[in-house]
Amino acid sequence: MVQTLDELIASSPLFAGLPSAHLELIAGCGSNERFAAGTRLFCEGAPAERFFLIREGAVALEVEAPGRGALSIETLHEGDVVGWSWLFEPYRWQFDARATVPTATVAFDGACLRGKCDADHELGYQLMRRFAASLIDRLQATRLQLLDVYGHAARA
Amino acid sequence: MSQPGGHIVERDALDRLLAALRSRGYTVLGPTVRDRAIVYDEIESCADLPIGWTDEQSGGSYRLRQRSDDALFGYNVGPHSWKRYQLPPEVRLWRARLGEDGSLTELGEPPHTAPRYAFLGVRSCEIHAMAILDRVLLSGARRDPGHSVRREDVFVVAVQCSQAGNTCFCASMGTGPTAESGYDLALTEVLEDGRHYFVLDVGSPRGAELLGEVPHARAGGPEQDAAAAGHARAASEMGRELDAHDIRDLLYRNYENPRWDEVAERCLACGNCTMVCPTCFCTTVEDVTDLAGDHIERHQRWDSCFTIDYSHINGGAVRSSTRSRYRQWMTHKLATWIDQFGSSGCVGCGRCITWCPVGIDITEEARAIRDSESANGADA
Amino acid sequence: MPLAPEFPAEAPGAMVPAPFVITARRQETADTWTLELAPRAGTRLAFSPGQFAMLSAYGAGEVPISISGDPDGGGALIHTVRAVGLATQAICRARRGEVLGVRGPFGRPWPVAQVEGADVLVIAGGIGLAPLRPAILTLLARRERYGRLSLLYGGRSPTQLLYTAELEEWAARGLEVALTVDSAGPEWLGRVGVVPRLVARAGFDPARTAAFVCGPEVMMRFTVVALAKAGVTSERVYAAMERNMQCGVALCGHCQLGPTLVCRDGPVYRWSELERWLTIREL
Repeated sequence: MVQTLDELIASSPLFAGLPSAHLELIAGCGSNERFAAGTRLFCEGAPAERFFLIREGAVALEVEAPGRGALSIETLHEGDVVGWSWLFEPYRWQFDARATVPTATVAFDGACLRGKCDADHELGYQLMRRFAASLIDRLQATRLQLLDVYGHAARA
Repeated sequence: MSQPGGHIVERDALDRLLAALRSRGYTVLGPTVRDRAIVYDEIESCADLPIGWTDEQSGGSYRLRQRSDDALFGYNVGPHSWKRYQLPPEVRLWRARLGEDGSLTELGEPPHTAPRYAFLGVRSCEIHAMAILDRVLLSGARRDPGHSVRREDVFVVAVQCSQAGNTCFCASMGTGPTAESGYDLALTEVLEDGRHYFVLDVGSPRGAELLGEVPHARAGGPEQDAAAAGHARAASEMGRELDAHDIRDLLYRNYENPRWDEVAERCLACGNCTMVCPTCFCTTVEDVTDLAGDHIERHQRWDSCFTIDYSHINGGAVRSSTRSRYRQWMTHKLATWIDQFGSSGCVGCGRCITWCPVGIDITEEARAIRDSESANGADA
Repeated sequence: MPLAPEFPAEAPGAMVPAPFVITARRQETADTWTLELAPRAGTRLAFSPGQFAMLSAYGAGEVPISISGDPDGGGALIHTVRAVGLATQAICRARRGEVLGVRGPFGRPWPVAQVEGADVLVIAGGIGLAPLRPAILTLLARRERYGRLSLLYGGRSPTQLLYTAELEEWAARGLEVALTVDSAGPEWLGRVGVVPRLVARAGFDPARTAAFVCGPEVMMRFTVVALAKAGVTSERVYAAMERNMQCGVALCGHCQLGPTLVCRDGPVYRWSELERWLTIREL
């Protein structure tokens, strides 16, 4: 079944339930984009002007450490959002994002969406709520990850 | 309570009772004075009993004092309890020899043959404590293998309390002061008008059989009245009180009560309360080898929930604070024990109060928690 | 030197260890070994999935270790042991032919029969897969009695995942397998992230799902939250708990967890029985 971009956006966990007027505004900033396995969606330090909704595939958030190579912090999958740095200044990516398998996304123009949010605060509020929920999920998971629960506990 | 005592045995005839027990193969254990305390040990005759001694107890204090009479059982309870026979402080569970080729030869344990014990001077609280220990050690899916002396194998000569100590609260726990079952014979000691005798209840056929060998007479009304007066005196003299109503749910509601912090300030986590408690049953197991490493033994010994190792899991202790360890002990005794083993784990003997070096009082702690609820207007 | 004991060896007793010989030994990860044991005399140990045995390296101490073998198989007693303390280090060092002491089996098992008809979500973290392996083998042996079967398994890093060779075989027999690790290098093409993140995307029907969870307690608590978000209530969640189990038979007192004894009332609990107790610190 082929979904239109509008349908894709409307059925995504991030945007599901938004009124159609908002969905239209959002879709106006989005376009389909595919990444071959191994290619980067973005690189640390580069200007952050976009974010991605993963339709299919997997994306690893990585940081390059001298002598250790690319360390994977988290992988993101179907329905996940990749990229938050476009939301706030200085609009620069903090990590690398690499497709680990062939990956289909909807790429959004962040500057475009920011402008629409500034103009329509109801849209801005709804989007911030949704991004905040996704951020909290990811933050809590990261905190659990930080605990290194499978590591050797300190021995008495 | 029924009127006590169908029989009387004169003081002079009590040695005949001991002799009758010994002639039936019983090792008689009873109270005796040692190290300025009344402890349980093997008793040859009435001369070994704490004749003319009593104990004065209060929070953190135990003193023997000479009585003005020659009572044999004129004290309350000492640091020992019968637990040491039901669950000895240390037993070897297993041993083996390791051969040079790595082979292991189990040396086996000689079958555990506990002596046939008669316990003399068992108080009502202690009868209940023995029953509680039996439930813990013997009624589970797998019973403690043969090291326990079972209560029903012991000939129990109870002594009914005619006085209560300053730390006693058996009346609150429904475990005394007067034993109504769980004994073969029960004695109430009476000293009045220059006469010294025991009013005696028979609790079992073997008790009746034994009594047949001891000079006795039918108790008269005045003698029964004297015994009953002793029981009433003990009940009226209870030094402490613990309101056990709803105690389980009270404590379940109060795991975060600030009182635990307060008691932790005083508690030394020494574990004395667990050692003297007649129902505390926790044991640990240790494997030991000789220096050559070819002789291996496994020992079981008393443990205490106040030690840091007690709750150790990979990574550390679950209960690292004294607050959590005192809370574990007290809520176990009064609350979780009910869910785990079907009854309270406390019989109100007061030993934990007396032998606590800083005098922490379980009745006072329970009251403080209850009062904190009523102060907060919570449901009682 | 006589191998025969002076007293006939009995079946594993409650308190006295029975001698078992190590018949095979395989390193799973840097610090974890799987041992196969056979009784030196007598018959094999019958057990239910989720039960544990007390293992001792003679003289070095005794530890509770979950049984990881196939409950239906007539084979060896299998334990996967992580060398973290004195006793587990001695157990992991022991070679083929050496003798370990075994008591058991003890404890309440996974309710594999009770959840027949349901979709079963098996969620494991780290060494927590070891006590779940017998449950997985039982579920797969009776595959037709269950709906969807899924395993969500997370570890610290790719090299610390257990039973990796077997996971594919399980997948081929009808178990959906999702793996994740807390950290990985670029050579790992799988997921990086914590186990609870797998729950949201496991795509099961919460109303007909039962979950078996085993892992570090913190990981289990987070996982149960994720399950609840996904609609699986704590009545349908079973978890294996760890406390200081010493005797295994509810006689020594150490493994108390509130009103329960883990060796007798656990290690597998229905989460709804436990949740109020797990909020109490240092219980």
